[in-house]
Amino acid sequence: MSVVTDTVDWLTASEHWSGPDGIPHRVLEHVGYTAETIAIAGAVAIPLGLWIGHTGRLRSVAVALTGAMRALPTLGLLTLIALYLGIGLTPPLIALVVLAIPPLLAGAYAGVESVDPQTVDAARSMGFTEGQVLTRVEIPLGLPIIVGGIRSAVLQVVATATVAAYVGLGGLGRYLIDGQAISDYPQMAGGSVLVVVVALLLDALFAGLQALSSGRRPSLRSRAPSSP
Amino acid sequence: MSWFLDNLDLVRELFVRHAWISVVSTLVGFVVSLPIGWYAHRHPRLRGISVALVGVLYTVPSLAVFVLLPGILGTGFLSVINVIVALSTYAAAVMVRTTVDAFGSVSPAVLDAATAAGFSTGQRVVKVELPLAGPVLLAGLRVVSVSTVSMLSVASLIGVSNLGSLFTDGFRRDFLDEIVIGIVGIVVLAILLDALLVLAGRLLMPWTRAQRTVAPRSRPWQGFFSRIPGVGA
Repeated sequence: MSVVTDTVDWLTASEHWSGPDGIPHRVLEHVGYTAETIAIAGAVAIPLGLWIGHTGRLRSVAVALTGAMRALPTLGLLTLIALYLGIGLTPPLIALVVLAIPPLLAGAYAGVESVDPQTVDAARSMGFTEGQVLTRVEIPLGLPIIVGGIRSAVLQVVATATVAAYVGLGGLGRYLIDGQAISDYPQMAGGSVLVVVVALLLDALFAGLQALSSGRRPSLRSRAPSSP
Repeated sequence: MSWFLDNLDLVRELFVRHAWISVVSTLVGFVVSLPIGWYAHRHPRLRGISVALVGVLYTVPSLAVFVLLPGILGTGFLSVINVIVALSTYAAAVMVRTTVDAFGSVSPAVLDAATAAGFSTGQRVVKVELPLAGPVLLAGLRVVSVSTVSMLSVASLIGVSNLGSLFTDGFRRDFLDEIVIGIVGIVVLAILLDALLVLAGRLLMPWTRAQRTVAPRSRPWQGFFSRIPGVGA
């Protein structure tokens, strides 16, 4: 299997581990775009999702909108926004933010909705304000699902950032797109392996966070009776 | 619009190609997932492992799979086989989970009744379990068909032509209309295949219509949109 050995050679060659086109820099770029995108999209989508889940308002609009946006082909949206806004890093990042919003929004409102209405009513009857109900009851109890939404969004962004190299974004997708331009299969395969590794590691990280966030539930419950 | 009319043949050809690749991949994924899901449903210890395994499969970004598969399978880089194998694997990854749920949704009392009535295991699977699991399987298939149609467009980056080729071509030529037509074509195809699945479900499972009168679904659109999963969901 010369393809495999060629790919391993590409991955282990020392010249691919330094400089702006080196593997460490590209991995950092890729993770950086992902973090940036999730931070911006999360700042918009998570508060909105929490509000929708708490009040129940605009729910059907949110369901239809998130679904319709997910049905859009990512490459189509990327090329459309890149052509419309011109070259540079901003257009692909805007596309990534747009694509990250649906899973974040869905996770936030589904998380809040998953909380037993009786628990919410009990909190209200104890004199919790609406804000306290949200921050002390609904968010802690719905946290595993909210984190699950972030996990989906992260994977979506890692995958789409790879595709976005086609419209000029850096990151690991560069190896796939640039490798294809010069018919360098080992470079494309090596880049793909790196993308898969980054995706699996980030998924494992968020799976851990999700487990941690659901671990908070019993501790919260045991603390509740002792508080006045 | 004039570009669309001038290139009607090209768009039609890409649409048909996009449709058959999506349909074949979805069906292959479905057929593969049925025995795996049924077996995992029957063996609870395997259930966790298989669901976790297909979850990992689904976290792998599609473009990376499109690039790596030719090297693994030894097929030509531009071969449509790679794309069908990749999309079928994604489809199966989602469907295995759905199939486990679908067989799990069949009431054990009904299965016991079938056994008591003299059904063999094989007969019971085909004549009782499969039809009763049908509604959940259909819901899963609708999810898979939409995401397959959308995901196939990425394959145009490695040179396998489909409606996504309108994106790469439009981007290279700095021509917005072509990209918009590609997006519209893909959304239309997704809605069309979804409608066909719903129709097939009504023909094959006429009893589900009777149930629907209990809980009427006023807006079929909502069903279409709400069933689309996020990546890794």
